[in-house]
This record gives sequence, structure tokens and C-alpha cells, in this order.
Amino acid sequence: MFLAATFALLVGLLMILVRAVKGPTVYDRILAVNAMGTKTVILVTLLGYVSGRTEFLDMAIVYTLISFITTIAILKFIQKGRLD
Amino acid sequence: MAWNEIVCAVLLVVGVLISLTGSLGLLRFPDFYSRLHTAGKTDSLAQLCIFVGLALIDQVTVDGVAYPVDPLIRIKLIMVALLLFFTAPTATHAITKAAMLDGVMPWKKGEPPK
Repeated sequence: MFLAATFALLVGLLMILVRAVKGPTVYDRILAVNAMGTKTVILVTLLGYVSGRTEFLDMAIVYTLISFITTIAILKFIQKGRLD
Repeated sequence: MAWNEIVCAVLLVVGVLISLTGSLGLLRFPDFYSRLHTAGKTDSLAQLCIFVGLALIDQVTVDGVAYPVDPLIRIKLIMVALLLFFTAPTATHAITKAAMLDGVMPWKKGEPPK
């Protein structure tokens, strides 16, 4: 059950990857990367249930925070040209 | 199949379907702002369905061995779901604001898809 959901999410990730590569504006790419980050969180959690290991959930929490901070940092870098 | 695994399966299917339609929408929509709509939807609703579905499971069988799921896992699952529920729309909002300030014009009917 979890494995099927994992493969379905992988297909979704590949579709978003196509948009990330094709996206005309840079904001399309940031949006695609942000969506991929959320999907990766779900994927890691499901893999934790597939493999029966509980540490995957902690990785999911950490990855959620990192992906949010990364999105905000990239936007700031694009808008202001520097991060400080 | 106990009741909670059935409900979990249903929630998983719903979450995965929303996630796939969101990804498909991200591909097919003509404009950045309409793509925001689908990306935002998958970020908030699909992950909520999947995580609530996973929280209902109380034992995971790996290679025939049934491991009990201790309540700490469920608490973490709900925390991740809530965390994502707040951060994902905030990130989408930040992207929208940056695009607006940068002067990305919305698509009008009849124009070629951007």
C-alpha cells in the first residue's frame, strides 16, 4: 500500500521536474522546486513506513524546515541580488 | 484489514490523487499565477490527507514482522502535517509577492501560454 503510494508520488515528482526544467520564468522554477520539496517530505515519510524505520520521519521534519528557508533565501537573493 | 487501515488506504488514495492532479496542473496551466494555484493546493491538502491517513496506522508489517507504531511517531506525523500546513502557503505567498514586484504579468485569454 505504501509502496504504491511512493511510486505514484515519484511520478508526480518527475512531472514537477519537467516544469522546473521547462519553466519560462525563474519564479516557475522556484515554485516547482518548492512543490518538489513538499513532495519529497511526503515521499521520505512514506519510505519510512515502507522500510519500518522511524528515523525517516525526523528527516522529513528537518527537510520541511530547510525547504521553506531555501525558498525564502532564493527569493531574497533574486530580489536584492545579495543575501546580507 | 481493520477499520483504520481501510480509512488510511482511502486517505492515501485521495492524497496521492490530489498530489498527482496538482503536478499535472503545474505542467499544463498556461501561466505562472495559475500554476501557483495547483502547487498551493498540493502543498496544503494532499500532504494533510496523507499524513492524517498515516497517523491512523498502529502497526507496520515489514518482511512479515509486525512492528507496533508508538504514539511518538503519530505526534511527529501530526507535527509535520501542521508545520507544512503553515509553511507551504507562506512560501507560495512569498513567491507570488516576489513575482508581482518583479512585474510578471498574468496571462489573458487568447494569448499563447507562457
